[in-house]
Amino acid sequence: MNAPLPPYGGLLGLCDGPGGEMRMPFSPGLIGAPGRLHGGAIAGLLELVAHRTVLEAIGAGVQLKPINVTVDFLREGRLEDVMAAATILRLGRRVANVRAEAWQADRARPIAAARLNILVVRPA
Amino acid sequence: MSGGDAARGAPRDPEAEARMQRFINGFMQGVPHLALLGIRYRRHGDIWAELELPYAPQLVAYPESGVIASGAIFTLMDSASGFSVFVARGRMEPHATLDLRCDYLRPAAPGASVIGRAECFKITRQVAFVRGIAHDGDESRPVAHVTGTFMFTAPA
Repeated sequence: MNAPLPPYGGLLGLCDGPGGEMRMPFSPGLIGAPGRLHGGAIAGLLELVAHRTVLEAIGAGVQLKPINVTVDFLREGRLEDVMAAATILRLGRRVANVRAEAWQADRARPIAAARLNILVVRPA
Repeated sequence: MSGGDAARGAPRDPEAEARMQRFINGFMQGVPHLALLGIRYRRHGDIWAELELPYAPQLVAYPESGVIASGAIFTLMDSASGFSVFVARGRMEPHATLDLRCDYLRPAAPGASVIGRAECFKITRQVAFVRGIAHDGDESRPVAHVTGTFMFTAPA
């Protein structure tokens, strides 16, 4: 059961991929410099897949707030679909430490990797 | 951050400044993802640049509160940072973001434009170092803080 996408995820055109992955199909609105994707769109995808992965691990009723994100841009984003997946390194009572990666044709050649700290607000 | 509009160092050649302004106008119109998010140019100085992200419902991440997505703020700051590298170098030569860290200090107020201001404070032969803040009207109460590095890439 997937959490609904926020409007910003709709703006990026995100959809579900297999096994908890998310896909950002190529569209012209994602272009940054000529011939490549904008890094901000890739970062947005990484943040959304990380948040969704934490939400699905905890279940309903919690609220997530981003504390910070660090994105390494490893390769240029070609004008193709982007896939992304997140791994929870640690899920504590208050903070989730998450890693997320984005790739295009070849998962072994990621185009970006992010580390996120996310505040978990549980119901009192 | 560099204070106010006062330019540091030698005054820039007005012709070079006009070229930079033409480049900025063309650049802003020519980046589809900035157009998608509604990000626009505000102003720049010798080593800094300011962009603006007007509030829009499609940027929202938390529909119950109307707070916009942190990813949109990341894009604003990545772009403002990249812009500060252009103006600090005084040349429109290409670069690519190597990494960018964004601390989300508080949610941006629903309905408010977010202003991203970045400063390129150090340039080496291959790398530019940038810091910046995002705020929603009061610079002393930022919503985000970023640090990033950019690599110079060969002209296409």
